[in-house]
Amino acid sequence: MRRNKWLSVALGLLSLSTLTQCFTDNQNEGQRLYAANCQSCHMEDGSGLRSLIPPLAGADYLQQHRQQLPCLTRHGVEGPMVVNGIEYNRAMPGAEQLGADEITNLLNYIQTSFGNSNPRYTIQEVEKLLEACPPHYD
Amino acid sequence: MSNNSKFNALRRGILIAALALSAGFIYSCTEIGAEGNTLPILGEREAVAREVNGKTVVDTVYHQIPDFAFVDQDSQQVTQQTVDGKIYVADFFFTSCPSICPKMKSQMLRVYEEFKDDPDVLLLSHSIDPQHDTVAVLKDYAERLGVESEKWHFLTGEKDSIYGIAMQYLVGVEEDGNAAGGGFTHGGHFVLLDGQRRIRGVYDGTKEASVDQLMQDIPLLLNEKQHAQK
Repeated sequence: MRRNKWLSVALGLLSLSTLTQCFTDNQNEGQRLYAANCQSCHMEDGSGLRSLIPPLAGADYLQQHRQQLPCLTRHGVEGPMVVNGIEYNRAMPGAEQLGADEITNLLNYIQTSFGNSNPRYTIQEVEKLLEACPPHYD
Repeated sequence: MSNNSKFNALRRGILIAALALSAGFIYSCTEIGAEGNTLPILGEREAVAREVNGKTVVDTVYHQIPDFAFVDQDSQQVTQQTVDGKIYVADFFFTSCPSICPKMKSQMLRVYEEFKDDPDVLLLSHSIDPQHDTVAVLKDYAERLGVESEKWHFLTGEKDSIYGIAMQYLVGVEEDGNAAGGGFTHGGHFVLLDGQRRIRGVYDGTKEASVDQLMQDIPLLLNEKQHAQK
């Protein structure tokens, strides 16, 4: 009897903690990171800006350069880049402060929003890809 | 002790309420101006006395953008004569700005598209980074935006002149090595000017709703201009 009581308390605590997890902001973290780091250039709807800033919505680049995207997000990119057949040539600043988990959430948001339905990343995958470009600390 | 802190809290509350109320008043004033089919004339004004036929007459002088001379993306001189008698929208930006500039430019594009075919409306975007934003850089920028030079001038010139005129437009710009936005900070304002270079509206160029208001206000000024001509 006594044992059952402890078990139910433990189960109750477990379900309570699972429940509160659902109410944290982590689910929308990708969207929040997008708004904070990317939106002012790539726009709310990922449409970019004419031939100045490439779109994210329906961008072939996201599929073709999947392996490079974590490093590109962290350190930015310079030089010409072709997206959907249009050449862009404007430097993008990096987001050095973002951790692997944040870059994962951010990229997953981009890969699955604005009409995109590209495969998601796992944190392990992003961590591995980021090994090629460790963070710069001043 | 506790009475004192209560009093402080009360005082703070009153202050906040007063601030909110006065902000509300300013807002409602501009609203009334818009509803009354005229726009207010903004900026400092002063009374100037002059003699007319031996009598002293007092005129109210409104704040006016002084004469200027900049160069646009086509290496063309753009001066007060370019905008004489026209309505124009001015802003400050730089091409390598990663923060609010793309957003501002996407909003300015809406204004451009709306008034593209009206020769009485011009757009003047001043670069605050003349060292980097040469005529060639501005040309590339304008071409990539796909806009006509005759309608939308991207301006560069002497740095002191640019920073000086920003103050006249009541837009704060400064060089700032610590700024996240790439070494410069600047207000994201769109300033609406009438045919006499008087400020008739200031809008937040990063907010769609504020730019909607600008697009509603431009026809009011155009209207005013037509009446003045008759």
